[in-house]
Amino acid sequence: MISLEQLAAIRDKMKDKVVIREGAAETRVVVGMATCGIAAGARPILNAFVDGVAKEGLNDKVTVSQTGCIGICQYEPVVEVFESGKEKVTYVKLTAEKVEKIIKEHLVGGNVVTEYTIGAINK
Amino acid sequence: MKELSLNILDITKNSTAARATDITISLVTDAKGILTLTISDNGCGMDEETIKRVSDPFYTTRTTRKVGLGIPLLRLAAEQTGGNVKIESTTDENCHGTKITATFDTTHIDFCPVGDIVSSICVLISGNPEVDFVFIDETPERCVSLDTKELRAVLGDVSLAEYEVIKWIEEYLKSQYNQE
Repeated sequence: MISLEQLAAIRDKMKDKVVIREGAAETRVVVGMATCGIAAGARPILNAFVDGVAKEGLNDKVTVSQTGCIGICQYEPVVEVFESGKEKVTYVKLTAEKVEKIIKEHLVGGNVVTEYTIGAINK
Repeated sequence: MKELSLNILDITKNSTAARATDITISLVTDAKGILTLTISDNGCGMDEETIKRVSDPFYTTRTTRKVGLGIPLLRLAAEQTGGNVKIESTTDENCHGTKITATFDTTHIDFCPVGDIVSSICVLISGNPEVDFVFIDETPERCVSLDTKELRAVLGDVSLAEYEVIKWIEEYLKSQYNQE
């Protein structure tokens, strides 16, 4: 049975980390979560990024957040990746499999998965 | 929308956009299978003119596009089962907020399944850790509930959006559903 005692244990474990983590994230992954995104499948995409970032141990370096309509509804689910000093990367028409590749190659490896970007789709 | 839980996620995002600090999401299914969904918040509220226009798909407060489909899609999901949607809202500075009530006949062939409501609740909390959510899903057989104020009392300064906390909330809700 899941108990509040377990939550208290998580709190004790997290307390030190919170201080270190403040303002430390270098990369922001932003998922479009307006009606268009949600209807197109943004919820599992968001969860795949959150789980993947945690699995790869990137929580201190990467934040995953939600935003409203990015304005390109026909390409949903859409995710934007912001890295300091680099151009924004817009990934479109995402699936859980594509997210897995983006995490491994872009967030871990540092190489943009060009084939999933809006520029590639438009060609 | 493929699941009612996606409509709930979408509609509740209107509450957070309206700067609500307290949001209650309640699903109550009676013995006859009538599901009443209520989403209430203490956000900025809507004036009468806005309430009238909010069911119009070509009305939105957004600037990125000219359509707003959240409420029309919820209305469609409710009305295709013989249910309806009611919107009450006030901008009164002492008691502002909005309450959306939708009813569904869960025995109707066109009823859209609730789906992964646990995922929707977790996404809402992780995206808005400063907001207090109360979630209730009640049937004659069981009652699943969550109040983030209670969790906040345990967590102190630790954010509700922390990965481990969200995973705990997910397991906490799933364990309540699994007791059925």
